[in-house]
Amino acid sequence: MHGKRSTFLILCVAALALFPGPAYAMHIAECILPWPWAGLWFAVSLPFVWWGLHDIQKRSRQRPYMKALVGLVGAAVFIISCMPVPVPWVGTCSHPCGTGLAAILIGPAATVVVASVALLLQALFLAHGGLTTLGANILSMGIAGAFVGYGVFRLARRLGASYFVAAFLAGLLSDWATYAVTSYELASALCGQHSFQKMFLTILVAFAPTQIPLGVAEGMVSGMACAFVLSRRPELLGRLAEGNCA
Amino acid sequence: MKNHHWAALVLALLLSTWLCGAAEAPRDAPSGASTKAAEKEAKPNWQGVDETVVEKVAREAGRPPREPFINTDQGDLLLFCFLVAGVIGGFVAGYCFRGLFPPRRREKDGKAPEDTKVNV
Repeated sequence: MHGKRSTFLILCVAALALFPGPAYAMHIAECILPWPWAGLWFAVSLPFVWWGLHDIQKRSRQRPYMKALVGLVGAAVFIISCMPVPVPWVGTCSHPCGTGLAAILIGPAATVVVASVALLLQALFLAHGGLTTLGANILSMGIAGAFVGYGVFRLARRLGASYFVAAFLAGLLSDWATYAVTSYELASALCGQHSFQKMFLTILVAFAPTQIPLGVAEGMVSGMACAFVLSRRPELLGRLAEGNCA
Repeated sequence: MKNHHWAALVLALLLSTWLCGAAEAPRDAPSGASTKAAEKEAKPNWQGVDETVVEKVAREAGRPPREPFINTDQGDLLLFCFLVAGVIGGFVAGYCFRGLFPPRRREKDGKAPEDTKVNV
């Protein structure tokens, strides 16, 4: 088992080392959204960021390991969300988000904060996303990804799914939710005289060939990471590890 | 490193060679090759979905993206930024990971492994 884990880690590191370069995916680039829409998504996102900051402060006082866990998850979300993964049969690249797994580990509100920091750094220094579209990107990756992932994990556990299956579903659906919300943001802002529904579906279908396999991959990684945490340090999962999802 | 580690590395190298070869193939095609090859030449492989989807939709809607305010997408500068970001992110993740998941210690004198402490 240990050998298999080491092999998997080596494969991941080798893949990371062999495919350096910018990732391009759900991030909406600078100035694509008109100002009113960009402002609206900022207004929607900011309360979640504020809530997340308070949540981290409160839980850091209760749990000594919370800051290290937020640091680990934040770094992981930053790296994962700028890691281009090639999908050979489509010929395009995209990236997973990591927010589903992050929400399981540190909660959805704190995940919004780490996703916001990751997106801000990417917009500032990595030509990835944009400052004007930061609110929209926080909403799709931070808020939608985190809350869908967390909700799916809790629901799956309540329905009796194993930790691996619950985390798999959380990773899978959080990834898809991120791209669905990105499609919604683009369609609502750019449809103009055209049909919103048609444009939304067109964008969603265009994302599908790349994101369906990537979502499955993200689900697998989330499931394995959750199983690892559960085997080594179940208290990090908090109430979720006890099966108390109330 | 054990044998399966080497096997994993070789597999990763072969996979990457195949992927890179697939990306380079149209460039090696003779000049008079089929139109398909020419079309592929015009459309680079391994583009991100934000170019093939997000920016395409934005351009069609008359909202092309503008340059980033801090434009690091110039030559190898972006590669440098990504590598620095990867190194810093990897260091932070590794540091926190080791604090949260210390390596297992072998049992001594019949005591249980001390891997349940939180070293942070």
